[in-house]
Amino acid sequence: MKLKVNNQERNFSGDPQMPLMWYLRDELGLTGTKFGCGVGLCGACTVHVDGRAARACATPMQSLDGKAITTIEGLHPQGNHPVQKAWRDANVPQCGYCQPGQIMQAAALLNENKRPNDEQILSAMSGNICRCGCYQRIFSAVKAAAKEA
Amino acid sequence: MNANMRNIHKRLLLENVSRRDMLKGVFAAGGLVLAAQVFPRGALADGGSVNAYKTGADGMPGGTVWDPHVYVSIAPDGTVTIVTHRSEMGTGSRTSLPMIVADEMEADWSKVKIVQAPGDEQKYGNQDTDGSRSIRHFIQPMRACGAAARKMLETAAAARWGCSDMEVRADMHKVVHVPTGRSLGYGELAADAAALKTPRANTLELKDPSKFRYIGKGKVQITDLRDITTGHANYAQDVRVDGMKYAVVARPTVLGGKAVKWDEAAAMKVPGVVKVVAISGTPMPAKFMPLGGVAVVADSTWAALKGRDALKVQWDDGPNADYDSGTYRQAMAASARKPGKVERNEGNVDAALAGAAKVIEREYYIPHGHHATMEPPAAVARVAGGKAEVWACVQSPGGTRGDVAGVLGMKEEDVTVNVTLLGGGFGRKSKCDFALEAAMLSKAMGGTPVKVVWTREDDIRHGFYHSVSYQHVTAGLDASNKVVAWRHRSVSPSLMANFMPDPKRESSLELGLGLIDTPFNVPNLRLETGEAVAKTRIGWFRSVNNIPHAFAMQSMVAELAAELGRDQKDFLLEMIGPARIVDPRGTVSSELWNYGDPWETYPIDTGRLRAVVERAAKEAGWGKKLPPGEGLGIACQRSFLTYVASVVHVKVDKDGNVSVPRVDTAIDCGFCVNPERVASQMEGAAVMGLSIAKYTNITFKNGRVEQNNFHDYPVLRIGEGGMDVRTHIMPAGIDKPSSGVGEPGVPPFAPAFFNALHAATGKRIRNLPLGNQLTA
Ligand code: FES
Ligand code: FES
Repeated sequence: MKLKVNNQERNFSGDPQMPLMWYLRDELGLTGTKFGCGVGLCGACTVHVDGRAARACATPMQSLDGKAITTIEGLHPQGNHPVQKAWRDANVPQCGYCQPGQIMQAAALLNENKRPNDEQILSAMSGNICRCGCYQRIFSAVKAAAKEA
Repeated sequence: MNANMRNIHKRLLLENVSRRDMLKGVFAAGGLVLAAQVFPRGALADGGSVNAYKTGADGMPGGTVWDPHVYVSIAPDGTVTIVTHRSEMGTGSRTSLPMIVADEMEADWSKVKIVQAPGDEQKYGNQDTDGSRSIRHFIQPMRACGAAARKMLETAAAARWGCSDMEVRADMHKVVHVPTGRSLGYGELAADAAALKTPRANTLELKDPSKFRYIGKGKVQITDLRDITTGHANYAQDVRVDGMKYAVVARPTVLGGKAVKWDEAAAMKVPGVVKVVAISGTPMPAKFMPLGGVAVVADSTWAALKGRDALKVQWDDGPNADYDSGTYRQAMAASARKPGKVERNEGNVDAALAGAAKVIEREYYIPHGHHATMEPPAAVARVAGGKAEVWACVQSPGGTRGDVAGVLGMKEEDVTVNVTLLGGGFGRKSKCDFALEAAMLSKAMGGTPVKVVWTREDDIRHGFYHSVSYQHVTAGLDASNKVVAWRHRSVSPSLMANFMPDPKRESSLELGLGLIDTPFNVPNLRLETGEAVAKTRIGWFRSVNNIPHAFAMQSMVAELAAELGRDQKDFLLEMIGPARIVDPRGTVSSELWNYGDPWETYPIDTGRLRAVVERAAKEAGWGKKLPPGEGLGIACQRSFLTYVASVVHVKVDKDGNVSVPRVDTAIDCGFCVNPERVASQMEGAAVMGLSIAKYTNITFKNGRVEQNNFHDYPVLRIGEGGMDVRTHIMPAGIDKPSSGVGEPGVPPFAPAFFNALHAATGKRIRNLPLGNQLTA
């Protein structure tokens, strides 16, 4: 099967049941997609599949034929997506481990909804755990990015 | 520079090591390389103190007490590279410590690169990143290191110009000739400076704090911000080494259990699986040795996971299979209800209780908790050719090096521990069992590099758990409603069970975490411990026993206030008593653990505790009128030598949903190096505190942890509260000893929250977590 990862064509012929997360991390070395829970509960592995947020740990390879995947490494050529910039302005991260997933989730939200209200932001981000507790800054960074986007 | 500060330099020798190859692997070649080396105690004739104030760096394990090296190198293009030797797990030490060096040496932060030191305490000083110690123990040596670098650059410039040192001044990455305004950049001076003899320590001058550019300002972005936001930050889970195989381990689900039978053939049938390897466990006390079990090594993580599923291991559970949280709790309660071992005794509690006008008894329970660091543990090891190299997310780089050497039967010199970023630590990653597994497996694989991946389920089922705690508190009031007696019995299995056979009660270390160091101003005070034997691995969790101790003490105070119809905050201040130094060292039965730091530097100062209580209350608008269903709660704790008070605002809707619209936290951590990271730690502590209050609950049945992943071990999610945490840092000059920050925000949160919940609903919660107690 064929798929695109960060705009590059890829062929995949391995175990169709393998989650996308391990393909990205182990085979392609795209380790910005983090392993947090493996079962869709934490959002650390969030990527975009055809522009929409998806949990790479719960997305089997077989579902991705012909799809375009974007990972944190491919979100913006210089790493300056409005969400990434807002994150840096607010010095959001503590340990940083959850942050690529948070950023991908927020970017997907703003793709779909340029002007989300507070409720919509909280509900879109509620699948992304930050054990360090950066939620207050994540929330304000998403709001700031929404103003920019 | 004050007289004390001058003393530090008598014993601080800055040694020029640019021509040695000891830094190979840390630095690219070239430029000025400085190493700050602090002499061991007593090395100087005068035997004076090396610091303006003494810290507990002396007492740290590893014997590297006065040897905290900080390395600086300057490349010809002016890039300054600073080594950071402590682990970064989110507290900001990788930013704040190098920032101190940069500021003192007048480096431009935008031209500074940070390099992570491998585990080597001989070279770098203590690296054990826990106990909220990084700034506390290293602000002074790092300032001196930066000052020395600056001095060498100035001397090099003066030589170039043929003028006196007095005419030059380092200023933002260049040295200026003051009379003429000429200047030379650090890059231009690097080679000359490197060729100079290092100045004697007593010739160094520290910057006047008014000249600080970064220290105390909170304007610096964190070191790894760009990498984190672009997915290029490297954690142990992300490490890739050429030829590496992936391993997952089936571990005994009961502590001390053993694998007796498994289907190796079935695992080997999974495509990609290359080997099945048995790992032996170590009976308690096992320190940080792996639990043992059966490892599946494969070409990918996915294949390893499938291989492990196929193993179908049969276990011999051993004697801990009877561990049951329900029955254990009953036993703890029974233990807490009878007289225990007296740990601190003042006045005569029995007589005071017997004569009290009113006696109030309460019990508080906190179950086991688990760190659930966002990055599950992971490590890569390559053990080949008589050497071992490890890449791991460890809080204890030096300790890990020693332990890896130990399990492999190697010398420490032959072991390299590379420290990755840590995706959270909270104490879990102080225990290097996962790195030891990787080392054992690479050895068993004949030197193939092996990455051990822990899944979330592995992490939650095989942790080092925050100790379960049961406390029984009895207060006696006299006729005028003064608290005249306080008897407190604490029962909690000790983390010392990892290190010694069968401890039966909290150790002095754990008792010093908020029990026997209580500052309460009660004439008849008795603190006791009851027996409890550890049936699982107990481990320190961010702020450790301060969590249960603060929960019980600070809840009890609010309960008494409510009972007497008094204001919580006023009553708390009354319990703390007037501003004074409380010194329980004469009334404790063993030793008073003062976080390993000297009493003279860090006494128990109730003035400071009162001040944070008052500040938090004021900022929160304490006493303001709130609508029904809302309430404020307050609690405070001195922990890790820092004073914190939090006011939590709680709102409960008619369906019993609890929200936390605002938190005001006041912190006195002495001199504050990075206020911005202090605020982020207080924000995070509120979130973790609310997790503890609402959810944290590890339970055992038949010896096994009943939780598996975030569905049955929930942690706080966005919007559940703690979204408006306001941090109020008490002002303090550089002469006020810096104290801990990573942990002290946690302990006051849960009691403040439950005190607020009581104010809002009239319901008192004494058993954690909250769960559905409001609606049930
Ligand atoms: S790792 Fe995919 S949601 Fe947690
Ligand atoms: S920053 Fe550490 S988990 Fe979010």
